[in-house]
Parts: sequence; C-alpha cells; structure tokens
Amino acid sequence: MAFIPHTRADVEAMLRTIGVARLEDLFDEIPAGLKIKGLDRIPEALNEMQVGRLMSERARCDGGLTSFLGAGAYEHHIPSAVWAITTRGEFYSAYTPYQAEASQGTLQMIYEFQTMIARLTGMDVSNASMYDGASATAEAALMAVRANRRSRAARILVPSTLHPHYRRVALNTTHNQGLRFEEIPYVRESGTLDPAALESLAGEDVTALVIQQPNFFGRLEDVDALTDWAHARGALVIAVVNPMSLALFKPPGRWGTKGVDIAVGEGQPLGVPLSGGGPYFGFMTARMEHVRQMPGRIVGRTLDSAGKGGFTLTLQAREQHIRRAKATSNICTNQGLLMTAATIYLSLMGAEGLKRTAAASHARTRELVALLTRIPGVRAAFQGPFFHECVLQLSRPAAGVLRSLAARGIAGGLDLAPYYPELGSAILTCATETKTTADLERYALALGDALNAAQAA
Amino acid sequence: MALTERVIYEYSAPGRGAADQWPAPTGEAELSDLPAALRRAEAPQLPEVSELDVVRHFTRLSQLNFSIDTHFYPLGSCTMKYNPKACNQYAMLPEFLARHPLAPESHGQGFLACMYELQEMLKEVTGMQGVALSPMAGAHGEFAGVAMIRAYHRARGDDARNEIIVPEAAHGTNPATATMCGCVVREIPVDTQGDVDLDALRAAVGPQTAGIMLTNPSTLGVFERHIEAVARIVHDAGGLLYYDGANLNAILGKVRPGDMGFDVIHMNLHKTFSTPHGGGGPGAGAVGVGERLLPFLPVPLAAKEGERYRWVSEAERPQSIGRLSAFMGNAGVLLRAYIYMRLLGREGMQKVGEFATLNANYLLQRLKDAGFDAAYPRRRASHEFIVTLRRQARELNVTAMDFAKRLLDYGFHAPTTYFPLLVPECLLIEPTETETREVLDAFVAALSQIQKEAEQEPGRVTSAPHTMPVRRLDDVRAARQLDLTWKPTAPS
Repeated sequence: MAFIPHTRADVEAMLRTIGVARLEDLFDEIPAGLKIKGLDRIPEALNEMQVGRLMSERARCDGGLTSFLGAGAYEHHIPSAVWAITTRGEFYSAYTPYQAEASQGTLQMIYEFQTMIARLTGMDVSNASMYDGASATAEAALMAVRANRRSRAARILVPSTLHPHYRRVALNTTHNQGLRFEEIPYVRESGTLDPAALESLAGEDVTALVIQQPNFFGRLEDVDALTDWAHARGALVIAVVNPMSLALFKPPGRWGTKGVDIAVGEGQPLGVPLSGGGPYFGFMTARMEHVRQMPGRIVGRTLDSAGKGGFTLTLQAREQHIRRAKATSNICTNQGLLMTAATIYLSLMGAEGLKRTAAASHARTRELVALLTRIPGVRAAFQGPFFHECVLQLSRPAAGVLRSLAARGIAGGLDLAPYYPELGSAILTCATETKTTADLERYALALGDALNAAQAA
Repeated sequence: MALTERVIYEYSAPGRGAADQWPAPTGEAELSDLPAALRRAEAPQLPEVSELDVVRHFTRLSQLNFSIDTHFYPLGSCTMKYNPKACNQYAMLPEFLARHPLAPESHGQGFLACMYELQEMLKEVTGMQGVALSPMAGAHGEFAGVAMIRAYHRARGDDARNEIIVPEAAHGTNPATATMCGCVVREIPVDTQGDVDLDALRAAVGPQTAGIMLTNPSTLGVFERHIEAVARIVHDAGGLLYYDGANLNAILGKVRPGDMGFDVIHMNLHKTFSTPHGGGGPGAGAVGVGERLLPFLPVPLAAKEGERYRWVSEAERPQSIGRLSAFMGNAGVLLRAYIYMRLLGREGMQKVGEFATLNANYLLQRLKDAGFDAAYPRRRASHEFIVTLRRQARELNVTAMDFAKRLLDYGFHAPTTYFPLLVPECLLIEPTETETREVLDAFVAALSQIQKEAEQEPGRVTSAPHTMPVRRLDDVRAARQLDLTWKPTAPS
C-alpha cells in the first residue's frame, strides 16, 4: 500500500505530457553510479489487516502493568472528547499556520492555549509550545543568557534536585554555546536545595537560578526565598513546574516579591497519554519584558483589512526562517497537536476540575505512602511535605524489589540508584487520581512479599 | 460553515463545567500537610464550560482550517501527503498509550521491537550505518547532527573546526542550528542552474571547516548534480557532509544519502514517512550516521540481543552526544512512521520517490504550457519545483503573495511563498505522490484563472482572499500592539 492513486492510463498520459518515455527518465540528472536497484532489507508490504494484527500483538506485550511511576510523566484520566477532537483531520493533518486566513482554527486554539498557560503559571505571555519539558528548560537557560544583560558569565545555577534527564538535556543542548551549569546540592534530611551552598556563591556573577517545584523528589522548595535571593543578586529566575500542581500551588508569577522571569515545564499531565515518552509538549512562559527573547512561535490577535478580529503568527523576526543564523533558536516545529489536546483538556477541567485532580492525586499518594511505610523495611527518605510523589527507602536493593513487583504486574516506581547513589536503595513512587484503594493495597501486599522474599533468600 | 467562533472564555458561566469528568472533591483535611505559604490564593482563570460547549467550540475551530484531509496542500518543502488513518489507529492502541516511558523493559518488548526495526529500515533506505530516533523535529535532528560533527572533530583533537558551510538557498534552520552548536556560518552561492558553485566551495573550505549542510534535491527543487565533487572537496579538506532530509521524499528508493557520501543525515519522519503535521507538530527528526560518527549517536537507542530488545544506556556510549529529550523523543510519532513503512514495504517505498517526481514534473509541465515561468526551466523537477511570478509582479502589480491568497478562494492551500529567498516572487510547489492527476489539473486551472483575473481585474486578486474566515491580517499591528492572551472586556 503506497497510497498512490495513479491508473496506468494516468501514468502514460502524464509521461506523454512531460515528454519522456519512462518513469526512470525523470531521474536522468542523478549520476547513474549512485542509483540503487532496490531496498532488499525492507520487508514486503503488509496490508492494513496484517499491520493491525502485528501491532495488536506488539501492544499486548506492553500491557498488564499497574503503574506507580511518575518522575516527570504522570497518568491522569483523559476525557474521551480530548483525543476525539484532537485527531480530527482538520487539526491532525494541517501544517504550521503560515497562511493565516486558512488556519484560523489552529491559530485561535493557540491563542486560547497561550491564555490558559499564562493564567495557570501567573505569567504575562506564553509561546506556542516547545518539544518537551527538558528541551524547554534548555531553551529557558539560553533565553536567560540573552535576557540578562547585566550578567556576562552565562552561568546557570541548577539544583541537583532538578530532574536528572532535564539537567543532561540542558547541558547537552547548550554547552557548545559556552553556558556553564553549576549544581547546587540538596540537604540530605529534607531533599530540598541547600541554602548554605547557595549562600557561598553570593557576590558572584550568576545569570540565572533554576528552581523546580515540586522538585524531582516531589519535595517542596522555599520558592519565595529562593526567588528573592536570585533577584537580589541580579540573577534571573527560571521556574520548572508541573502544570497540574499549579491548581494547588502558588504560580511562579507570584513567587517572591517580583515573581519569576521565565516559567517552563512538561505539559504531558494536561491530557496527553504516557505513550512511551512522547509526543509530549513543553510550555514556556515569561514576563512581557522578555517576550522578544522567547524562542518558538507566538500567536497574536489583530485586525484584518476589513477591521474584523483574527489571529496570526507574530514577532516572527525572532525566528529562524527570518533571522537565520541570528535567530533566538533553531526551533521550527512545535508540538501543535499536543497543545491542542491540552487546550481541550484545560477547557473541560477548568480550575475546579484541575484542582480536584491535583488534590485527589496528592491524597492518593499520601494514602499509598502511609500504607507502604507501615511495611517493615520501608520508610520515607525525607522529612516534610511532598506533592503526589515521594521517595521511599527500602531495606533491600531496589532493582530486585522492582523486578519482583513487575512480575506481579506492578510498576512500583523508579530506582534512584543510577541518579542518586548516595540515597542507597531508594525509589521514587507516585499515585494519581487513577488509582483505587484496591490498587494501593495490592501494591502494599506485593511490596511486603517482595521484601520478605528477599529477606528469606 | 460559521466563519467566526468566539474565544472559549466568552462561553464561560460561573459555576458551569464538565463536572462529570472531574474526580470527587478532596477534603481540605487531606491537603493539610501542604504549607499554606505555598498554596495558591486565587484559582487560575480557566474557562467554565460544559462538555458539549467544548466539543462544539473546538469542532468549529477545526472547520476554520485547511488540512490534507480537506484540501490539496502543495506546500513546497513540507511534503503534505496523505497521513494514513491506520498509522494513527494502531499507534494509539491502549497498551501503547498507557506505557510509562520508565516502565521496565520486560513490559516494553512490543514497542522496543518496533523501534529496533524502524532503526534498521531507516538505515536501509538512507544507506547509513546507524540510526537514532529520539530527536523530536527536523531542527532537533539537525542539532544532533551538527553536535556529532563537532564531537567528532573534538575527539580527534581537531578543535579549531567550527565553521559550517551552508548554500544560500538552505532552510533557515541550517544556519540557526549551526549557531546553536556554537559554529560560525559561511554561506556560499549556487550557480545559475541551481547547483552549488564549486569554485566558491573550493575557496570556502579549509582547516576551519567543520562541515557542510546540504539538502539534496535542494530547496530549489533540483538534484545537486555535482554531489560527488562536493563530497570530495569537503572530505579532502577534513570536513564532514550533513544531509538535511527535508526533501528525502524525492529520492526514496532511488538514491541514498549514504551512497552520495554524506556522513550524517536527519530525516523528517513527518514528511517522508507521513506522520501528521498536527498544525505545527509533533515532528520526528531521526538521525542516521556513517561509520565515523557511530560512537557519537544520541541516546536512547534500541538494541536487540537474541530475542530480547533493550535500551542502550548513556554509560555504554561514553562518546555519545547524550540525551536530547526527557524520555524517548516523540515515541508515538515513531510508531506511526513504523506502521507507514510496514504498509508500504519494499515496493511501496520505491514508488514514493517515482510518483512524487512524476506528479511534480507533470504539474511543472502543465504550468509551463499554461504560460507560467519556471525558475529553472532547463532542469528536471525533483518532487517539487519553483514558479516565479516576477513578470506578473512587474507587469501587472500582482505578487506571488496575491496569487497565493487568491488560491485559497479556489479551495487550494497556497504553495510555499517567498522561499527560497534567492528566487524573486516565487512559489515553491510540492504536490506529493498521493494526489490524483485530476487534482493537479484543477490546480492548474485555478492558477490560470487567477492569471486571467490578474490581467483583467487585478483588484480581485490583490484584495484576496474573499471567502476565508478573515481577510488579510494586519501583521504590523499584531507585532506593535501585542495581544497574546485573552482578557475580559471591562463591563461598560
């Protein structure tokens, strides 16, 4: 199936019009020695029925887990309307809205998205999405270097409690442009950023401070004090936030006395399925004074030649197709379809539905942590409050425990050993509103058995 | 079809909502552990609307769009071909959607098998030695490619190579990517027939050359005939060749970048392998490399050992340019590309390039016969070609933009306009292989009709579109009086 509609008569007529005898003649400008005969290692075509069967078999291999994994991707209920509309061909198979008059649907949707994300984060402006939370964090660091004209250091302070993958992506994306990332350690007892370590940097040229809230461990940082600390030293503040948490928590636009300068995050919790890691979308918001330093697309409302309101891509002078080597970023494609899903999701949930989802997820996780820490050999790694995610320390090596849980159909959490070896045997575990009390009890039972079996072995 | 749709906030009524979708309320007592100082004081301003309000609003918005499913969309350099429904349906099987990216490999064998086979198939169609799937868009793949080129030179102690050569017709992402990788951009001209100016290239290369970024067929819609000479010149100077895969559709099954001498390539899976464009994304920008760059591929990579599949970790790839996405790139897009390739198979894949090229050359010939000027009349079209309306602009004061806007009234999405920049008043037209001859003929008829209008009543064309939801928009006002978020109008 190649979805090619040509009849034999079409091909003959078309070749005649062009004035060549054979299809092959259309490739006469390609050096003959370069042409290939065939693609031997590509399998024979399957028809749709065969593909359907193959994919269903493959999918079946991947099912059957009740997941308590979070760590930057969260399972929430997604109303059917979200993807029923998102996959309509008019959204699904449209291109970037360069021809504004023929793309008002996508453009208005983006304007509504920008509004919702700006309100949720308490910031002035939002762009039309980045690839994911990690790449948005990397772009925020680059943007901070452009926006903070008082700093010459291109030096970004990053807490070691920022998602470890985000830290890697930020470094890998920016090191060729000379950005330096310095990791601020966390306090072992609390799992939050160490203020003493930060204080030792006072008086030095810092371009920006990154604050993740809740942090990778699910712990809550003292965001007001940190924001004011950075601003008092001429540094910008980049917030990395879970949008779901913002239904309950103070938005970055209100942190400290001035609010943060740039807020980014992973948009996946807003109506995007886990889907093996993507496609998700990153969001990016900023104070109005920095809007011209933002990467990516931005939609504005304007008037048409008859004085009627309409929507268009704006501030394009920042972008690669105009500025080329001097653009704010090389980004071109965004995550349009995922942004569509999020806009529909936020419309359905509203402030109340979002708050209920966040609160239910948190209550479920507290219930889970209470159940699990009753098991001998399980304790919370840090003291103090968390949001819908918690680090647990186990008396046995986490990898083996997680394997026995998986054998019983439970993804118990993320083994932190590769990321934070100093924590010993520790897992990051999460529950959301999708989990029932029976799910939590099944997990507790299985974990108790796994630890006991390990003990006996 | 209604031509106007209110902003969703304007449907709000305090206290309304799609409440059946919400979980039951949680008592404040269960949130008592959260410090009051960190709590949100005021609820975020989000719409308060019913589920049916939402469904109608976004359905109506969708109807204001042109799309492949509704219109011919010959946007040059974007490969707007049919996105098969099966690719979406089978990538969205519940088990794939529910799988957490950090779930154990034991419960990801189905997905991993697809990724491994996708890597292998992409190696075969491009003639490269290794493929990594995680870059999330074309520009992201470009970034990975140039980062690998830099890492390669650095690993050889050849640190001074920081210049990337880019032909003047290149996509804007090429120079922007070079800058993101900390490189200096050097632009070189093309000759009157659209090929790279070899003398200029010889003059440009040297010990500072990190590499060259090329699209082939180029953005001028013609095959770079001197590609073997280009490869020789750049390699002899110690540089590497980067292939921008934006136009891979033109040569699929006919000739492979690896055989042309390219060291690294990105593929736009959302073009050549027909994953949806989604109103701007998601894309997928898989990268392929030759022998020399294998150690530098980004992670994660899928590997096969016996009958088991697994992820290759960063620790196993010490020279890798590392992780570029939080998890596994645009995994669901990769599944769609995999399904597309399995549906096409060996024979289908070879037909893609042939029929994309047939449609482009047929359309070009028909437009030439109708009196339009090809930018490169003596060249064979690849999968796309350029028409220049310089004559119409000069003689009739009707520009390429006017023609483009008027095409919308005739029910055709406009081709790419004013790109590449070096051809004045240009339309870059890419019909793709999935369009019928009848559609192409209708497009020619529409352009001919617009030409007639331009001669007889040019105002009709210069004030187009007339039938769209809006007339031409004031972009200057949009940029000067920024209105980027909705605000309630003050009650009068």
